[in-house]
Amino acid sequence: MKKARKILSLLAAGLLLATVPSLTSCAEEGYTYNYDWWEDVQYSPDAYSVAGVFTAVDLGLDTKLMSPEGLFVHGSLIYLCDTGNNRILELERTQRDKLTLNRIIDSFRGGHGSNTFSAPTDIFVSDDGFMYICDKNNERILKLDEKLNYVMEFTKPDDATFDQSMRFYPNKITVDSAGRVYCIAVNVNKGLIKYEADGTYSGFVGATKVTFDWTDYVWKKLATQAQRAQMESFVPTEYDNLYMDPEGFIYVCTSNVSEADLNSGDAAPIRRLNLMGNDILIQNGNFPVMGDLYFAAGGGYKGSSLFTDITVMENDIYVALDKVRGRLFSYDSQGRLLYTFGGMGNIDGYFRRPAALEHIGRDLLVLDSLDCSLTLFVPTTFGELIYEAMDQFQAGKYDESGETWQEVLSYNGNYDLAYIGIGRSLLRQERYEEAMEYFDLKWDRDNYSRAFKQYRKQWVEEHIFLLIIAFFLVLCVPLAIGKVKKIRFEIDTADIFRYPDRLPEKHRK
Amino acid sequence: MLAALKKKETYSRYFASLKFSLRCITHPLDGFWDLTHERRGSIAAANTILCLTLLVRILKLQFTSKLFLAVYWEGINIFLYLASVLFPFALWCVGNWALTTLFDGKGTLRQVYMASCYALTPYPLLQTPAIIFSNMMTVEEGAFLGVLETMSMLWAGALFIAAMMEIHEYKISKTILFTIATLFAMLVMVFILLLFFSMISQGVSYFISLFREIMFRM
Repeated sequence: MKKARKILSLLAAGLLLATVPSLTSCAEEGYTYNYDWWEDVQYSPDAYSVAGVFTAVDLGLDTKLMSPEGLFVHGSLIYLCDTGNNRILELERTQRDKLTLNRIIDSFRGGHGSNTFSAPTDIFVSDDGFMYICDKNNERILKLDEKLNYVMEFTKPDDATFDQSMRFYPNKITVDSAGRVYCIAVNVNKGLIKYEADGTYSGFVGATKVTFDWTDYVWKKLATQAQRAQMESFVPTEYDNLYMDPEGFIYVCTSNVSEADLNSGDAAPIRRLNLMGNDILIQNGNFPVMGDLYFAAGGGYKGSSLFTDITVMENDIYVALDKVRGRLFSYDSQGRLLYTFGGMGNIDGYFRRPAALEHIGRDLLVLDSLDCSLTLFVPTTFGELIYEAMDQFQAGKYDESGETWQEVLSYNGNYDLAYIGIGRSLLRQERYEEAMEYFDLKWDRDNYSRAFKQYRKQWVEEHIFLLIIAFFLVLCVPLAIGKVKKIRFEIDTADIFRYPDRLPEKHRK
Repeated sequence: MLAALKKKETYSRYFASLKFSLRCITHPLDGFWDLTHERRGSIAAANTILCLTLLVRILKLQFTSKLFLAVYWEGINIFLYLASVLFPFALWCVGNWALTTLFDGKGTLRQVYMASCYALTPYPLLQTPAIIFSNMMTVEEGAFLGVLETMSMLWAGALFIAAMMEIHEYKISKTILFTIATLFAMLVMVFILLLFFSMISQGVSYFISLFREIMFRM
């Protein structure tokens, strides 16, 4: 009796536990998803959960944030550009889900001209403690030290390559380890503006290639002046945001992409620029790095994903922020989609006008410039397992990686990368036949081919005798049959048997 | 009747005519002449070849290695898939016969059908080994498979022309002209069929709505 009651209460507790997550997890089904090989949407468990949404009140500020645009993370410090209020907030992450305000940066000492900011849009803090601030409406990039003393400034390039009639509005910046500044300025479409550490302008980097083929030329020739004005102008695109990864490559994203280019895979809304300014982003996924694959109008949105910010984590995993549908897209170093989540709305984990994205370790921070809030995401167990499996593979621990992917599968049986991950780990362990099975399930043709080649080699080596016998049989049996038939035919038609009387004397009966 | 079915002689002509397809594809000019003029072919064998072609086409979906052919099974209707061969084939036969009878073609519809079926022979003949080999190949070796498949198509295409030339007793230039003309005739027939079906469906829907209207008022 007692035992039965115990079991019953256990059951009840279990039921309660089972219902609790469904209440607390993000509202609708389909918050997180991925695409399979057929480019069908496969919903997945959440890879990230909201650890906190921070507004001015939560941070203990008197004035509400006003259209904040920039975000930067340096260690556990978070710098938030409160653009509308002309100030920068320095926050510190004291606990896993707690941010506290360290100081408000709204002015600096020294320098010439105004010593306050006007619409600061971005900030970069270098490892040696210098702050680089895009002081947009003052048309300068400021370099301050830790104590907020003016060090130097970067202003409008005094060079023929920069259109002098244009105002200089620096919008986004990044700085490399040698102190060179890369800046995206409003209405500049020639690429990133690059300054040397001493403040001299040294040219543009990474202008997008202008594509122009002969059909365009013919059309332009045929078109009238008015039609020509209506046509797409062939100018390089303007970048929206940039991020320098630990290796010194700059990831840029642009929202100036046409749907036709996206569909044909030529658009490259996300690029990884090397020192020469060439795009070296690896795109080995089944579909291009372009955010959502389907963008028919519906649900109040239309058009393709437009990336407004990008951040790069360990192992070249990068996350991009789509401002159209408020989604985050995460890709691995091979350009394969890991997961995507988010949406537009007022619930935690949804955004109204996402503007900036940053990461602390593997936690993500999203700044919403309309909602004036900062959302902190932390990976769920599922998300952490994915990262762990990739780390292990990267570190050469193939067995462990396979086991971790197996765990990922127990959370989400539709996760293609887990199958491929297991397959790759089996391949490294030289268990080709099993590896083939996993690659086969998720259509990883290249890896399947690789495993199959080894498997075939093994098979041939093991069955070499069988093969030789089969080969021998195929060659010799028809030959033998032909021979036998010929002999029989000759016997049947031999004169000897037809005319027994012609036989020699002694054989006659 | 049953006794006749058990006898070997009943089938001997069928097997001989089926075997004749191998001669047809290797010696197309002589082969297709003899096919009708010497009565070496049979409709039964022609049907068999057509069925084999359809069968191989389906087997190809199922058994070709995933490396070379991706089949989205959710999107496949096997009957539609068969019709995608049968329908153009039927249009070809009818179109070709309809045109050539007007221009001194000697072939009857039955002969056009038979010769066309015989011309399909390389398809099952080469695709079957292609299916088997595909399972022994890696992606890099796929070019061989491509060659094999293209060869089966080109061979069949050339046989079609040879077959039409022989059964209609045309010269090569006239045959090519009428092959192109037949393709146009097929298009015209498709257009008329579309028109016909849309008219019918309009007509039917008119009566259905009339019937519904009456039912609502009663």
